[in-house]
Amino acid sequence: MNAPDQSPLTSDFSPSTSPLGYPTNLLAPAQTYETVNKTIADIPLKPAPGPWWVGFIIAFLLLMMFLVAVTWLFWKGVGIWGINIPVAWGFAIVNFVWWVGIAHAGTFISAILLLLFQPWRTAINRFTEAMTLFAVCCAGLMPLLHLGRPWVFYWLLPYPDTMRLWPQFRSPLVWDVFAVGTYFTISLLFWYLGLVPDLATVRDRAKKLWQKKVYAFFALGWRNSAAHWQRHQIAYLLLAGLATPLVLSVHSVVSFDFSVAIVPGWHSTIFPPYFVAGAIYSGFAMSLNIVIPVRKIYHLENLITDRYLNNMANIMLVTGMIVAYGYFIEALMAWYSGDIFEIYMMINRAFGPYGWVFWTLMLCNVLVPQTLWSARIRRNPVLLFIVALFINAGMWIERFVIVITSLHRDYPPAMWAMFYPTKWDWMTLFGSVGLFLTLQFLFIRFVPMISISETRELVAEPEKANTL
Amino acid sequence: MSETYGLLAEFSTPEALMHAAEEAYAAGFRQMDGYAPFPVEGLPEALGKKNRLPLLVLIGGIIGGLGAYFMEWYANAISYPINIGGRPTNSWPSFIPITFELTVLCAGLTAFFASFALNGLPRPHHPLFSIPEFDRASQDRFFLCIETKDPKFHPNETRAFLQQLNPVSITEVPE
Repeated sequence: MNAPDQSPLTSDFSPSTSPLGYPTNLLAPAQTYETVNKTIADIPLKPAPGPWWVGFIIAFLLLMMFLVAVTWLFWKGVGIWGINIPVAWGFAIVNFVWWVGIAHAGTFISAILLLLFQPWRTAINRFTEAMTLFAVCCAGLMPLLHLGRPWVFYWLLPYPDTMRLWPQFRSPLVWDVFAVGTYFTISLLFWYLGLVPDLATVRDRAKKLWQKKVYAFFALGWRNSAAHWQRHQIAYLLLAGLATPLVLSVHSVVSFDFSVAIVPGWHSTIFPPYFVAGAIYSGFAMSLNIVIPVRKIYHLENLITDRYLNNMANIMLVTGMIVAYGYFIEALMAWYSGDIFEIYMMINRAFGPYGWVFWTLMLCNVLVPQTLWSARIRRNPVLLFIVALFINAGMWIERFVIVITSLHRDYPPAMWAMFYPTKWDWMTLFGSVGLFLTLQFLFIRFVPMISISETRELVAEPEKANTL
Repeated sequence: MSETYGLLAEFSTPEALMHAAEEAYAAGFRQMDGYAPFPVEGLPEALGKKNRLPLLVLIGGIIGGLGAYFMEWYANAISYPINIGGRPTNSWPSFIPITFELTVLCAGLTAFFASFALNGLPRPHHPLFSIPEFDRASQDRFFLCIETKDPKFHPNETRAFLQQLNPVSITEVPE
């Protein structure tokens, strides 16, 4: 193999900033095809670095805790959780909505930004698509665990069964099954389609026979033919177009689970847009929480430049404002409706027994993100990481507030009860984080975590990488 | 000529490959393909490649949508009608979310599987994989392969034609 002598260099641009002081580079200077290939494709081919093992072991232990919690749940039933009547929807549904929300940033980055020709998706789309897949896995498990008899979960699917029953297609809970199922399938296809050419790159760079064989198997014999690229690109674009309405529809359907019910605090038309904005908000926060450490550990600063972090922070700021507006409208509509139950729900939410949770939510989701107005914080990975953690926690608390405070005081005061999570609730929540992180760690270990072919395209067209 | 797959010319830039593709098409070659580590804009068109994928995806989506609505209508209005609050059993607004989801699902499955099927993938082996330099098609080199099944193919003349395009190398690909 002779040296890559004539590859274009990105040396014609140096680190630059926009007039407002934002970083504009999508690639560091002096990147060639070979540096890009080497930086990304050699990670799965080489032994894992120390921090990977530390992270993976912690994640794996959390996953084992999850399995313990789930096994005990299957043995004893949902009574081991803190749920009761009226709070029949406890942590499982809170976790479900939280995880589905986190998934949304991946699709937003990979599909919507692709259709809008935003080149700053290139270095983060693979990560976030993987994040989408794993978050949907965690999300999909939650309602199944919440079923009293999870082993008959397939009753949710329409199939000609011997009882001659069908799912009730007028119920939002059945819509959910289709929405989440479609979302997972489309995300998986989209992710794998984009991955095939990169697996071929890893195959061609692999030195060990077993590595060559494994990657060759998954690369499906991809040979970079122009005719193949053409169909691949069209299929990719069409899948992006198909995934785009999914970003908006999946969380809208999830919000219908609430807003179609006549529960004060749920029955609201603001729910679909407010849920979708919150989903993208938490998804970007989770992406930052993953991208920032990975960028550091694998020295990917040349490919994931500060501009990515800055842009992601900007999106969080915008969606955070939409979410804050949603909180405001919820309170306003409660007052404006003149309905005593709505008004009472809102007062109880802010000043009742769960008031402190509500104000923690305001701190995490409304107050802390305002720091993102500062360009210095947007460009500081450590501070950005901390802000993103606040938002992730805040979005989980938001779903807690929506689910629990709306339910725990039913119409007649005889139907009032408090919800206290048990240790099994907490183990399921943190265990699902373990499942998510374990999958994420395996992904960054074995799969090229940045799209190599798209990054090579950026190298070939440096002017694209350097525009605002 | 049955033991040769074609002649493979190697280039170091996408522009050189584009130029070669245009020249080869103008010279009347049709059974050929370009190989590049990323989609080069305009290359498939320069090589005269066409595809029908969007039409198939549209058909997949329509089948998914109609199928979904039919399923919901049949299940809730014909096979097992239940009166819920006096609403019509065929309450179409409630059937829209699933109709939409299955439209997207079927169109997406079609896009994915049809793109691979039309590409003839998965295909574990291909004559080009026996060329060691071809490993760089997925990394940093650009290739044009004129296949022997092209009626205009002639071992020496085609090699001379490729030579005047200034490639980095020319390799004969065994079948």
